[in-house]
Amino acid sequence: MTDPHDSARLQGEAGRNLPPLRLHVPEPPARPGESADFTHFDIPAADAAPRPDETAQPATMRDLAYGLVRVLDEEGAAVGQWNPNLPPETLLRMLRAMALTRAFDARMFRAQRQGKTSFYMKSTGEEAVSIGAALALDRDDMCFPSYRQQGILIARDWPIIDMMNQIYSNKGDRLKGRQLPIMYSAREAGFFSISGNLTTQYPQAVGWAMASAARGDTRIAATWCGEGSTAEGDFHSACTFASVYRAPVIMNVVNNQWAISSFSGFAGAEATTFAARAVGYGIAGLRVDGNDVLAVYAATRWAADRARANAGPTLIEHFTYRVEGHSTSDDPTAYRSAEESSLWPLGDPIARLKQHCIGLGIWDEDRHAAMDKDLAEMVRDAAREAEKNGILGHGLHHPMESMFEDVFEDMPWHLKEQQQQMLDEWKAAGL
Amino acid sequence: MTDTIHMNMIQAINSAMDVMMERDPTVVVMGEDVGFFGGVFRATAGLQQKYGKNRVFDTPITECGIIGVAVGMGAYGLRPVPEIQFADYIYPALDQLVSEAARLRYRSAGEFIAPMTVRSPFGGGIFGGQTHSQSPEGIFTHCSGIKTVIPSTPYDAKGLLIAAIEDNDPTIFFEPKRIYNGPFDGEYDTPATSWAGHADAQVPTGYYRIPLGKARIARAGGALTILCYGTMVHVVEHTVAMLGLDAEIVDLRSLVPLDIETIEASVKKTGRCLIVHEATRTSGFGAELLAQVQERCFHHLEAPIERVTGFDTPYPHSLEWAYFPGPVRIREAINKIMKD
Repeated sequence: MTDPHDSARLQGEAGRNLPPLRLHVPEPPARPGESADFTHFDIPAADAAPRPDETAQPATMRDLAYGLVRVLDEEGAAVGQWNPNLPPETLLRMLRAMALTRAFDARMFRAQRQGKTSFYMKSTGEEAVSIGAALALDRDDMCFPSYRQQGILIARDWPIIDMMNQIYSNKGDRLKGRQLPIMYSAREAGFFSISGNLTTQYPQAVGWAMASAARGDTRIAATWCGEGSTAEGDFHSACTFASVYRAPVIMNVVNNQWAISSFSGFAGAEATTFAARAVGYGIAGLRVDGNDVLAVYAATRWAADRARANAGPTLIEHFTYRVEGHSTSDDPTAYRSAEESSLWPLGDPIARLKQHCIGLGIWDEDRHAAMDKDLAEMVRDAAREAEKNGILGHGLHHPMESMFEDVFEDMPWHLKEQQQQMLDEWKAAGL
Repeated sequence: MTDTIHMNMIQAINSAMDVMMERDPTVVVMGEDVGFFGGVFRATAGLQQKYGKNRVFDTPITECGIIGVAVGMGAYGLRPVPEIQFADYIYPALDQLVSEAARLRYRSAGEFIAPMTVRSPFGGGIFGGQTHSQSPEGIFTHCSGIKTVIPSTPYDAKGLLIAAIEDNDPTIFFEPKRIYNGPFDGEYDTPATSWAGHADAQVPTGYYRIPLGKARIARAGGALTILCYGTMVHVVEHTVAMLGLDAEIVDLRSLVPLDIETIEASVKKTGRCLIVHEATRTSGFGAELLAQVQERCFHHLEAPIERVTGFDTPYPHSLEWAYFPGPVRIREAINKIMKD
């Protein structure tokens, strides 16, 4: 019997006069110790992108999938057709929500380093993506987030102590200590249970939106994934369903350049943009400066209005940068240039909105410093309160028999039997 | 009492969806070819015409998408009944079933649920080759948070499907396609029979439910307990009749939840146990049944427990009847158990 992996056969017929084939394995522009260089980025002027009518046919607006929707220019002025012209109170609300998200991240990251929980994920540099979108959506629109959209809960004024209880997996955790920290679920905030499996939320959001449309509802759905996980089959299934049924859904791709240690080239970024995935599906695609909260707001509002007008789904690529590691379990100095975040050409989202507000005369450095101080104290106080409910591994968790609850609506005999066996064994062991 | 009429298993399944769509406006049916055409096996025939395209619709060919969308619809408040055209095609949907639908209640502590019933024709005996014959029930019984139901008659199919649709947990409803149109005794070289004249093909036209987790004694007896489900119930009935053996045949109907009380009482009564399923043997559901019987009935057993199952090979096309656990193999196992 012949071996199908026989090396001679694998090499094919020798002597054919053809150039050898080459496998292209992508490599990021800079590794540790090397200089980062973003000069090759094509960053159009802030007022360059045209804003089509919300009901425009996707075929008439393909350029937007390859350009960059921006509002804030280099001086912090809001310019161009996408300027949402938000009132001062909304701008300051955005600023505060972004700053609170960053303060929350700082505190919880530190709590993990102090051994109070097992895991944390910061959203540093990506705050605008969640907060711009959350404020552009209606409060009862349904969000199907990935794991780095804590800003949605914060923008929707969800109590941060509830988020901390989840992170500490303590007796105050509504999710009964079952989920990895930051895998929140908050039905009342229109925030779907986060899965650790990537992009599974995409077809789910489309299904929710289809249900809303089928029932003649007025609410829409929005979902988020990273650029790396656009490679998952779920992403493409979701795009197909969204296109076929013209589902009232906004699909956000947060292109923060890195999927753990894999740069965006491993998801196809060398060949095209992620917004351009929309072109093949015949749905509207927008590529947005994800560090410009006004651009995120404007794009989301456009997509929401489009969905509400029964004009179909929108895929939005948020072009941003993951400033920190993937999670507390990750060390980005091992695989990327340390210069990248400081040289990122689209700046920091909080600094840019701050500059804009100061330019408008509605904000100043003193007030900003005072706000940061207040938020840090507020987060510290909330963390202290949450810690009264317990921290991971210190006994103040839900009772052990609760592990058998909620597998099914009613507990079947085999789970009752296993639950009793566990309790009997612990009792027999004198524990 | 509602009227009772003759139905084959497809008609009974169709009737169950019809009854539930009439009673509950949140029930929706979706899947490849289920809409205008009414399904490749005709199980959804007429439903789109009756309930409209917002409630019965064709889907793109992506099982991952079908189940993912059904999870989202369930989160919205609908009660989806997605069809996976063949159980062999369910694997692209595994992540959405196992990691999402099955875990949603648990991971959200009840904030969100996935009250879906996934219908899918399964099993062999139709010359479907390896991609239209598989019995993957053991993959789902191994996962926490999902129920697995398998009917063996038109009457059970309707009552169990209604119960599954009403259930607030995700349920895999595997339909033994070999017996859609008539019971099959395993004698592959004899003419096919229809459900005509079969007592369990007399089906009420209206609403009724058979609770999930209650087995059916297909034949009462004292000599030997045979645990089986789906097509194999009929093959076992035929083999037992040929042997003239006073065996007790337990049709499990649902694997999770399992009717352990009925199983335990029967084996303690007979002292002998045979387990029959069409699925592959290693880590098949028979292994779990065998362990349960051994744990509970060891001191009542008079002979080792035997399994007759599909072999641990892919389902071979031309050698289907050598693979299928038919009367010959069941008879040999029974003889072995009864010898001791």
